Amino acid sequence: MFDLMKYKYIFIGISAVLTLAAFFSMAFFGFKLGVDLSGGTLWQLSFEKSVTAAELESYLKDYLKMEQPSVVSDASNSNYLIRTKEISEADHQTYFSAIKNDFGNIEELRFESIGPAIGKELRDKAIIAFLAVLFGISAYVAFAFRKVSFPVNSWKYGFSTLICLFHDAVIPAGFFAALGYFKGIELDTNFIVAILVIIGFSVHDTIVVFDRIRENLTLSKDRNDLGKIINISINQTFARSINTSLTLFLVLIALYFFGAPSLAYFTLTILVGIIIGTYSSIFVASPLLTFFHRE
Amino acid sequence: MFVYPKSPYASVMPWRLGLDLVGGTYLVYEVDMSAVAGGDRDIVMNGLRDVIEKRVNLFGVSEPRVTTSQKGDSYRLNVELAGIKDVNEAIKMIGETPFLSFGEIRVNEKGEFMKDPNGDPVFGMTELTGRYAKKAQMVVDNITGTPEVSIEFTSEGADIFEKVTGRNVGMPLAIFLDGNLISAPRVSEKIIGGKAQITGSFTREEALKLVERFNAGALPAPIKLVNQQTISATLGQDSLDKTVRAGIWGTALVMLFMVLYYRVSGLFAVIALLIYIVLTLSIFKLFVTMTLAGIAGFVLSIGMAVDANVLIFERMKEEMKKGVSYSLALTDGFRRAWPSIRDSNLTTILSTLILFNLTSGFVKGFALTLLMGVLVSMFTAITVTRNLLKAFSK
Repeated sequence: MFDLMKYKYIFIGISAVLTLAAFFSMAFFGFKLGVDLSGGTLWQLSFEKSVTAAELESYLKDYLKMEQPSVVSDASNSNYLIRTKEISEADHQTYFSAIKNDFGNIEELRFESIGPAIGKELRDKAIIAFLAVLFGISAYVAFAFRKVSFPVNSWKYGFSTLICLFHDAVIPAGFFAALGYFKGIELDTNFIVAILVIIGFSVHDTIVVFDRIRENLTLSKDRNDLGKIINISINQTFARSINTSLTLFLVLIALYFFGAPSLAYFTLTILVGIIIGTYSSIFVASPLLTFFHRE
Repeated sequence: MFVYPKSPYASVMPWRLGLDLVGGTYLVYEVDMSAVAGGDRDIVMNGLRDVIEKRVNLFGVSEPRVTTSQKGDSYRLNVELAGIKDVNEAIKMIGETPFLSFGEIRVNEKGEFMKDPNGDPVFGMTELTGRYAKKAQMVVDNITGTPEVSIEFTSEGADIFEKVTGRNVGMPLAIFLDGNLISAPRVSEKIIGGKAQITGSFTREEALKLVERFNAGALPAPIKLVNQQTISATLGQDSLDKTVRAGIWGTALVMLFMVLYYRVSGLFAVIALLIYIVLTLSIFKLFVTMTLAGIAGFVLSIGMAVDANVLIFERMKEEMKKGVSYSLALTDGFRRAWPSIRDSNLTTILSTLILFNLTSGFVKGFALTLLMGVLVSMFTAITVTRNLLKAFSK
């Protein structure tokens, strides 16, 4: 049997370092907000004639006087994503015919123009949803374990869950901030959904382990040796913690490699979160219980 | 209409696909209510929605959706046009302020009332327009208790109204909104003072509808486009194809894993998963408009649906190790795995409910499919698998 409790400081230490790194990443790199959260325009065009992103960008800026346009092209180099300030429908049409006139036949694949008010509203909603899910789930765990308050108070299960879930959300967020800095990936609504999915799923494994601790506590004669009971419980549930995450991991891998490109970063965020979440459910959540519990 | 995947029943029951998959546009308008009194705002909103619904219907969009939302002082109209070709034209038309006009029956050179080939009267526009209209309101007759609609004109409009009613006594005065006839009450006498009552055999709903439409044209509530999302059919189709393919691959991988790791039991889990997929997809087909996020939610739910099976099988393995019989291990495995399954599914349900209530648009689709998936999987992974295992253990 693997003696997890012996190394608990190492496991918690790894988590602490990762969490700090994530905070550092968020503070240092910041988030690059997508148009849906900050307001602005996202315009995807497909060109028949080949042009470079730089050419198109200087054309938009110098000739069309578009405000701070940024152009990214995809690998095939005929497909461009233009980002700029919010533009009106009249300007949109003017720009479109001008580009068509000067660059030949183009196809509009996507056009999103979002006012700053809507962006702010979505941001507020996202924060509320995040807090509601985080505290809602933790409160539910505290409630679900209410019948086993000896020797560990049920609120301690809830509190350990809260810390773990926060950890599971913060690390992918830090990862995403770095992605934004190095790869220019924008944080959009999909990211927020991904974080909520991570929280909602990561708690599954935690519940499985806690449930086993609960069961072993009621069966055990030596109820005060919490460390030993936790150790047994984690070893007993190890395979299922891994396997339940693995099935989700498999569909995420498929989605990442074969799914719509617009979902790629959404999938990647969840993938990172699931790995972190599985780790924290096994190696962090239960050792945390002993911290709040001193014999 | 676009259909995927192609099946012989596709024409009978097509999938309902969101505009991010078939292409189309999603528009959000902010309604400027600053000139409208608080109590009239809901009426104006409903009237506006009605007007815009009529306008978008002209574009031959399969299922246009116009909804209203209100938060604090901000009133919004959300317009979804799936599969639309000319977005620009639609935006132009939707953005126009609804126009109220009043018509009287035309008289030809011989002094006869003009009629169209169907025998309906032909209306000509009068000098009275929405510019002179103040508002409409529903009133209930004190004696009979029947609903009536009272309309009111500005002081400038009152004079014109007096003239128009004066020359049309005994004849209908048609009220048009955007050129569509909304009511044609008969003028019983010349009306002085710019206030009139439209009586008739209205039901409450009919009277309210008329008030809403009248006020949409009479009360000044300009609308402004604040959010536009347009996705081309090419891009939508591409997203759909890729995500469906990824879903099939993901499902195949999960099934392979279950069979390799849990052998015969795993095979039953695979059957349960197939039943899960068929059941969930049928529910979606009946009730849900599928969006890209919705499909992603469903694909994720496939990865979660077998989790209950994993918990049960692991528990059964443990029980078997203790040396108990297969049938006892089966019962105990299900019984003991249940608290974990219940608790973890409830937390997912909780998250999806919060997501559904706190977000808007496409995210709602994701939350909805994930929620339905969890509910159905609780049935298939537990009931279906248990019965399969029981049936084949004898």
